[in-house]
Amino acid sequence: MARKVLVLGEARDGQLRNVSFEAIAAAKTVAEGGEVVGVLIGESVNSLGNDLYQYGADKVVAVEDAKLSQYTPDGYSQALMAVIEQENPEGIIFGHTSLGKDLAPKIASKLGSGLISDAVAVEEAGGNLVFTRPIYSGKAFEKKIVTDGLVFATIRPNNIAPLEKDAGKSGEVSTVSAEIKDLRTIIKDVVRKATEGVDLSEAKVVVAGGRGVKSEEGFEPLKELADVLGGAVGASRGACDADYCDYSLQIGQTGKVVTPDLYIAAGISGAIQHLAGMSNSKVIVAINKDSEANIFKVADYGIVGDLFEVIPMLTEEFKKLKVNA
Amino acid sequence: MNIYVLMKRTFDTEEKITIANGKINEDGAEFIINPYDEYAIEEAIQVRDAQGGEVTVVSVGNEETEKQLRTALAMGADKAVLINIEDDVEDGDQFTTAKILAEYLKDKEADLILGGNVAIDGGSGQVGPRVAEQLGMPYVTTITKLEINGTTATITRDVEGDSEVIETSLPVLVTAQQGLNEPRYPSLPGIMKAKKKPLDELELDDLDLDEDDVEAKTKTIEIYLPPQKEAGKVLQGELADQVKELVNLLHTEAKVV
Repeated sequence: MARKVLVLGEARDGQLRNVSFEAIAAAKTVAEGGEVVGVLIGESVNSLGNDLYQYGADKVVAVEDAKLSQYTPDGYSQALMAVIEQENPEGIIFGHTSLGKDLAPKIASKLGSGLISDAVAVEEAGGNLVFTRPIYSGKAFEKKIVTDGLVFATIRPNNIAPLEKDAGKSGEVSTVSAEIKDLRTIIKDVVRKATEGVDLSEAKVVVAGGRGVKSEEGFEPLKELADVLGGAVGASRGACDADYCDYSLQIGQTGKVVTPDLYIAAGISGAIQHLAGMSNSKVIVAINKDSEANIFKVADYGIVGDLFEVIPMLTEEFKKLKVNA
Repeated sequence: MNIYVLMKRTFDTEEKITIANGKINEDGAEFIINPYDEYAIEEAIQVRDAQGGEVTVVSVGNEETEKQLRTALAMGADKAVLINIEDDVEDGDQFTTAKILAEYLKDKEADLILGGNVAIDGGSGQVGPRVAEQLGMPYVTTITKLEINGTTATITRDVEGDSEVIETSLPVLVTAQQGLNEPRYPSLPGIMKAKKKPLDELELDDLDLDEDDVEAKTKTIEIYLPPQKEAGKVLQGELADQVKELVNLLHTEAKVV
């Protein structure tokens, strides 16, 4: 059954996030031959339209308003409901990002619809669209279908491959008018704490440190390795609790869930609380002095040794590899 | 202040998970208050202690949920309400739970509603915003700080590591993120007092709802465990050689760099 599917293009620092392109790929599956409509919301977002076309959108619409310069649930839901009214979609896909998590349940509630959150895969099987999602902190998975109403899902970053970019494509961005008013939550200030550069939840490589890092300065070699690999730095709860780093870096059951291609755990024992946030990474490398550490049980490759010796050597080896590549 | 907390009883995910008859095996498992809801309960108690008023903890669950509600009362909540859906709803989803909670809350004139930002079992994080929307209330999710001054709330919210400072007015619904507070352990006198505090039990009938009104919009068709990972390769030999081998393996075997 062909469906019209909306995809929210989520911008950050003036660029669309990767997860929005992944959402287009998911939407193509859900559309089953129908139209995929990219939606841009913000103060001035029309210029991002071509990116959505190049990753597979069939049409792009935008709602622009000065009141949409920052995300608020009221502003964005008013904009999105105007688009929904005009386009009348049978499916909606958002990224399972801070914004997606906050906004999607409100829209689902307005539409009286179901919502499948945090999907890592979607496929057509036996006449149903089947979504796979982790449950119980990633220790189990469930397959879910929609039984009533439109197909609405948020997708976890880094799990569904985007379509190949077609750099030659471009297209019109048509404006949808919406009255944005009566915003009940007002953003007074934004304090940027997250590290510059690569976003932890979307990073392809994560270098994470635990109590074994021993101090704030101990994270420096990890940062250097992450830089060489174009990755992000993360941490275990132990390292955050010990004040070696900010809680914004915490990976685990409490904290962020990451699924990079490569996860390097340095000086992390591998408590269940931590494994819940990273055990679905594609390849896991453990570096720990204690050969009995639990982290070796989930690791694909392990080195028993002092991270302060191993990490700088790894950084040098990867540098050589990059030079030779 | 008329304060409500939405609480879920959850499987302790630090437990080993097995599957029996297509469902997560709950036999002998430990159940707890969803950890994020504990932050919500603690915050509610602190707001009440500062501003006066009453904290009511509400849970949609089964009769076993009484235990976690008693724990919330022992922490310091004033009242508990169990909406027992065991006999009425077989396979609910987030639509179901939110609809029931909103129906219960709609005439309660709450000034503040708190919940966890996500439950560690189902992991959807939908119920808070859904309930707020149905009550026509603003909401702020993943909060790490809450200050109330008259009818104004100043709230700090975690946004993927960054912080937003948000101002809104009551009534408002908020969902708790780690870092909001340190939940207290129930004290012995608290536990004794909790036994005498009111714990009301309701069913769908009492809310003028029937099963069709809350029928799930989604359905779980399969639950499975991830494939067991084979034991990894712990490298041997001189450290310098191990490092070279690792880089080589990541490049040629795993192909991730």
